[in-house]
Amino acid sequence: MAQSLEITAARLDPALLDLPWEVTLEEWPESVLAALPRGISRHVVRFVRLSGRVIAIKEIGETVAFHEYEMLRNLNRLGAPSVQPLAVLTGRSTPQGEPLDSVLVTEHLQFSLPYRALFSQYLRPDTATRLIDALAVLLVRLHVLGFYWGDVSLSNTLFRRDAGAFAAYLVDAETGEFQPELTVGQREYDLDIARTNIIGELMDLQAGEILDEDVDTISVGNRIVERYTELWHELTSSESFDTGERWRVAARIDRLNELGYDVGELAITTDIDGTRIHIQPKVVDAGHHHRRLMRLTGLDVQENQARRMLNDLDAFRAATDRQGEEEEFVAHDWLARVFEPTVRAIPRDLRGKLEPAEIFHEVLEHRWFISQQQERDVPLPEAVQSYIDNVLRHRPDERAVLDPGDTRTIPRIDF
Amino acid sequence: MASVTFDKATRIYPGTERPAVDALDLEVGDGEFLVLVGPSGCGKSTSLRMLAGLEDVNSGRILIGDRDVTDVQPKDRDIAMVFQNYALYPHMSVADNMGFALKIAGKPKAEIRQRVEEAAKILDLTEYLDRKPKALSGGQRQRVAMGRAIVRQPQVFLMDEPLSNLDAKLRVQTRTQIASLQRRLGVTTVYVTHDQTEALTMGDRIAVLKDGVLQQVGTPRDMYDRPANVFVAGFIGSPAMNLGTFHIEDGAAVLGEARVPLSRETISALGNDSKGEIIVGFRPESLDRVSAGTEGAIPVTVDLVEELGSDAFVYGRLAGSKELAEHISSGAGEAQIIVRIDPRDVPMKGDTVYARIRPGEQHNFAAATGERLPD
Repeated sequence: MAQSLEITAARLDPALLDLPWEVTLEEWPESVLAALPRGISRHVVRFVRLSGRVIAIKEIGETVAFHEYEMLRNLNRLGAPSVQPLAVLTGRSTPQGEPLDSVLVTEHLQFSLPYRALFSQYLRPDTATRLIDALAVLLVRLHVLGFYWGDVSLSNTLFRRDAGAFAAYLVDAETGEFQPELTVGQREYDLDIARTNIIGELMDLQAGEILDEDVDTISVGNRIVERYTELWHELTSSESFDTGERWRVAARIDRLNELGYDVGELAITTDIDGTRIHIQPKVVDAGHHHRRLMRLTGLDVQENQARRMLNDLDAFRAATDRQGEEEEFVAHDWLARVFEPTVRAIPRDLRGKLEPAEIFHEVLEHRWFISQQQERDVPLPEAVQSYIDNVLRHRPDERAVLDPGDTRTIPRIDF
Repeated sequence: MASVTFDKATRIYPGTERPAVDALDLEVGDGEFLVLVGPSGCGKSTSLRMLAGLEDVNSGRILIGDRDVTDVQPKDRDIAMVFQNYALYPHMSVADNMGFALKIAGKPKAEIRQRVEEAAKILDLTEYLDRKPKALSGGQRQRVAMGRAIVRQPQVFLMDEPLSNLDAKLRVQTRTQIASLQRRLGVTTVYVTHDQTEALTMGDRIAVLKDGVLQQVGTPRDMYDRPANVFVAGFIGSPAMNLGTFHIEDGAAVLGEARVPLSRETISALGNDSKGEIIVGFRPESLDRVSAGTEGAIPVTVDLVEELGSDAFVYGRLAGSKELAEHISSGAGEAQIIVRIDPRDVPMKGDTVYARIRPGEQHNFAAATGERLPD
């Protein structure tokens, strides 16, 4: 019996139709799979190569599939770091007419890493805290947009390198919801879920001897509450000062810019007698550095990478004594003389290891390092070659590290 | 364990005029399984979230036991929300999976072990406590997740459409298991669903909401036998009740050829604003087939017969004028009447059958307000 597939997609990739939808996902042949999943997962998830990229396919109930698709579309539209949804397929059935579960298809985030992969790689002791910092930044960003996650955890997140730090991307939006504005109760609860889940995941890594047992998982987990609260406070709290200290207004905006936020709206009020000023950010937009770099160079990179590159641009400007010139012209030259030659110098066969912007960051770090070592200023072209030979060649490929995660999630009760 | 009280609790979303939940007055008894049910947008999930602390309460109060928790944060309310995703950690034992939230809370090891063992006994997981989740079947893994909520020994369980992600067969199975588990544990439970069959099967009592307003609360039997208004009458029960707007003439409700007798009490309770009209409701199974001309007979033209083995249903219209037929609706839609009939005596399409409402099974509602009238 032919099945009557229904596909909901913004842009349909015809190649999607060639996949074996009449077979239950668990039994898809290895020939179409990009990788086999490890560990146990409540939902069946598979990675498939399609038209030169990797897609993730998740078998779930129809209502949840549509809901998640909608959430991810909205998140993407709002510029929130999340995976991109491609399609929902319903109406699947086997050739014998047995109905099969619906499916949500998302695009695999290139160069993203599931947290377990990070822990099993070269273990830096502060890996856990850096992941949590990234997750805190993501959670604040989502909450500012009015998005309640409902299931914050390391497993529901993908991480990308971002100039030595990490940028976190939301993967699972099943329990998510948008509100015009989140209540304190909702934010605190989401944060509490995050803390509980993170501690559980770290304890699980310890139980699996992947994380050192001396690590205090509870205090590491508490960190998400600390980092979130700090950042939320910085973004939303009101402050008061005397009229004589008006520089504080600019200082607040600068601090927010530093954190990667532009201030869309700042409420400023004065006391009746005009002696005190109160300010409170009302609208903040993440992506301050990203936008500035995009405007100056057309490059679309992550926030920290952008900040790094903007710093290098500023240094270039100072070194070439061009502070008086228009930013745009200097940026153009920096691109042509610094950034592009560096990236182009990477041999083709090594380009799958890291994103270009990340390579640039690492080259700068490497140059600083060997300059210290050799007690001289190593020129950039030389540093690039040294980086390729001594560092990059030995790194694993990170363009597509696939691992749907080992923790099983149980969406509702299902005895 | 404790009771739950909504005391004129209201939630208005900023920028809107109509409250999402309008002065809800509801009491859930200690150990009771109460189901909040209603169509999408009725305020059931919002009410549950107000109880959870995930929605602000704009006026009124929420109490758990005697404690006013209206301004208390979710994690301090001593409730367990059993509708969120739970993760099972593959490297930890089943016991550790169930108890790790208590470990985070700093409870002593002995107490954790004791609570875990108690929960495991109730969930039939005792022999698996020291195994890894991989060794468990799908159903058992789910029970471990339930165990995580149980060991916290909360005062109230909250569940928001936990079955919505399951296929029909699994839904029925799981429904029964949740209900029996709640009976064993005796924990006060507030459960939200849009599915009235689920509500009727699981709840000790059901509360029907519409547009943020509580329509009626009662046992499944109450709701089914004596719906308080037209909305509840049409919402509870499947197939849905037939509801028709009749006009009153000489002590009876009249529509075309149908003349349904009304009691004096019913008629005198009608106000002037009803303009001589009355809504009469009758369930498909409350009709007896009679011969033409019998008092109270309603003539139905057969459009379709549904034979289900043990039961048969006629889907039809009020015989006579098409315009009048539109005054009666049912679960099948506008201008449709559903009649349950003897499967051994099935009419043909196009025939006219005569159905009479069994005494005591007629529901009368005021046309102006939709409220139930005395029998």
